[in-house]
Amino acid sequence: MEPQQGQGKPHLPPPSLWPIGFAIGIVCILVGLIVSWPAAAVGVAVTVVFGFLWVRDVTGGYRRRDIGTEPAVGGPESATEGAPAIPADRGEAAMPEPAPGERFPRSVFLEGATLGLGSVIAGIVTVPIVGFSIAPVFQHVHHDEIDLGPISNFKEGQYVVTTFLRDPSEGEISRRTAYIRNNGFLDNKPSFTVLSNRCAHLGCPVQPNGPMFDKQKLEETTKTGDVTLIPALPAGGFGCPCHGGQYDQEGNRTAGPPVRALDRYEFYIRNGRLAVGRTYSVSHVDGAGASAKIHKYKETGPGQHVDGPEQWFYPLQPPS
Amino acid sequence: MLAAAQYPLDWLEERSGLIGGLRYFLFRKVPGDSGWWHTLGSATLTAFLVQLGTGVILAMYYKPDPKSAYESVQHINNDVTLGWLVRGMHRWGASVFIILIFFHMARVFLFGAYKYPRELNWVVGVLLLPLALLEGFSGYLLPYDQTAYWATVVGININGTGPFIGPFLASFLRSGPEITGDTLSRFYSIHMLLLPGAILGLIGLHLYLVVRLGVSSPPWSPEAAGRERAEPPPVPGSGLVNPAPRGVTKRPD
Repeated sequence: MEPQQGQGKPHLPPPSLWPIGFAIGIVCILVGLIVSWPAAAVGVAVTVVFGFLWVRDVTGGYRRRDIGTEPAVGGPESATEGAPAIPADRGEAAMPEPAPGERFPRSVFLEGATLGLGSVIAGIVTVPIVGFSIAPVFQHVHHDEIDLGPISNFKEGQYVVTTFLRDPSEGEISRRTAYIRNNGFLDNKPSFTVLSNRCAHLGCPVQPNGPMFDKQKLEETTKTGDVTLIPALPAGGFGCPCHGGQYDQEGNRTAGPPVRALDRYEFYIRNGRLAVGRTYSVSHVDGAGASAKIHKYKETGPGQHVDGPEQWFYPLQPPS
Repeated sequence: MLAAAQYPLDWLEERSGLIGGLRYFLFRKVPGDSGWWHTLGSATLTAFLVQLGTGVILAMYYKPDPKSAYESVQHINNDVTLGWLVRGMHRWGASVFIILIFFHMARVFLFGAYKYPRELNWVVGVLLLPLALLEGFSGYLLPYDQTAYWATVVGININGTGPFIGPFLASFLRSGPEITGDTLSRFYSIHMLLLPGAILGLIGLHLYLVVRLGVSSPPWSPEAAGRERAEPPPVPGSGLVNPAPRGVTKRPD
């Protein structure tokens, strides 16, 4: 005998499209938070509409059952139809005992109101707390130009290990190191190579592969904090102590785990003084010195590819 | 004499049911051939409680500020009476906690104790494991020496290499594009408020399921794994000393 369909199977709700729309709305909100506020607003609208429809769909079974019990409420009344009307002053005492599990619209309303108000309150409390903790992710940080002192401190063709305060208001914790080389003049304009010492693997500080001349150390006090300048001869380029990444003198990766060349600082010449600004990422550098061709990208975290197919893993970057 | 000791317990039981609850928790039937392997979970719990206790004391002296964090740890180590011991317990206890978690997990896996009806308890354990590892990660920054700082830089940047949301995750952990003083206080808050709270809640759920479902017998046991719980003794106030007799259910062949 053919087995009957659906026998012994749990009763599952029928498949529904609402959760998919709901999920699309959530995605729209998250993308919109980063990209644009109107998109986020559309996402909120989509989420609310589909969420409502979904909840309505899911709770439909319960609500239909409630409706089904309503005739039972009227049951005892209809049984007393033939009897004389109960005098109004008898009040509640005359009311029939509620059947077990019977629901009253008023208690359903109160239950819904409690849950609804509770979730509104929870939402009002939660949104600022969560927003407060994730807001720094989406905020731009303003960086002033950092004054590194007169250009004459940088001998042509000589790398100088320069440390400075990236954000003077943060103090010593913001001390950063750059490897700076004066490349002489290009079209009558001074040219500098300003490498960040942040390894492009996982952010450890790379070191010059060669001597540092500590005795020639210079200390400059500029309006953006103390700057130290130590000449160095990184004949073997730069190397990272953490996991062995190696770079040549232009910052190109030569060995080890880094995924790209060393980041660089934008530099400015202000009244004969060298200043550095934002950092940018570099996939690789062709050539060397003043005539180098730098393949420049928006600043990206260490370990993230800026070119090649892997770059599609990082389509969006938080503001820096 | 016995009645004098019994009376306050009965008084408490009558008003709160706490004694009965404690009896329910403590005097459960346990497979006769459960052994040392079954103590790994309690050992993990003990390690966590040690971390809680020592952590609370360390928080009395630690200052989560880039300028004074390192100094305050040195102060704990060198000046505070027995500070070196408490910090040492917290530091080494952290490793003990993680190691015991893995031993406990291996025991549950190799004994097949994650099978019906205990799957949900395995799921709770799966949630507890990354929380414990995150405790280790967030606590590592707090001494704020060179090792701590650069290990955290690397750890955050590893998060940053995750596809799509990685850069945002790293930015969240750093509290912005650069490591600042906010990063340290953020890690401190996560380390001592957020994660311990979550771990405590999940441990509560973990223990509830253990008590409800009973301890599983080892794979070589002739006794069935999941057994009926005996009814609690009918006489209230019959004391903590007379647990229900242990029954043995044979494994069905």
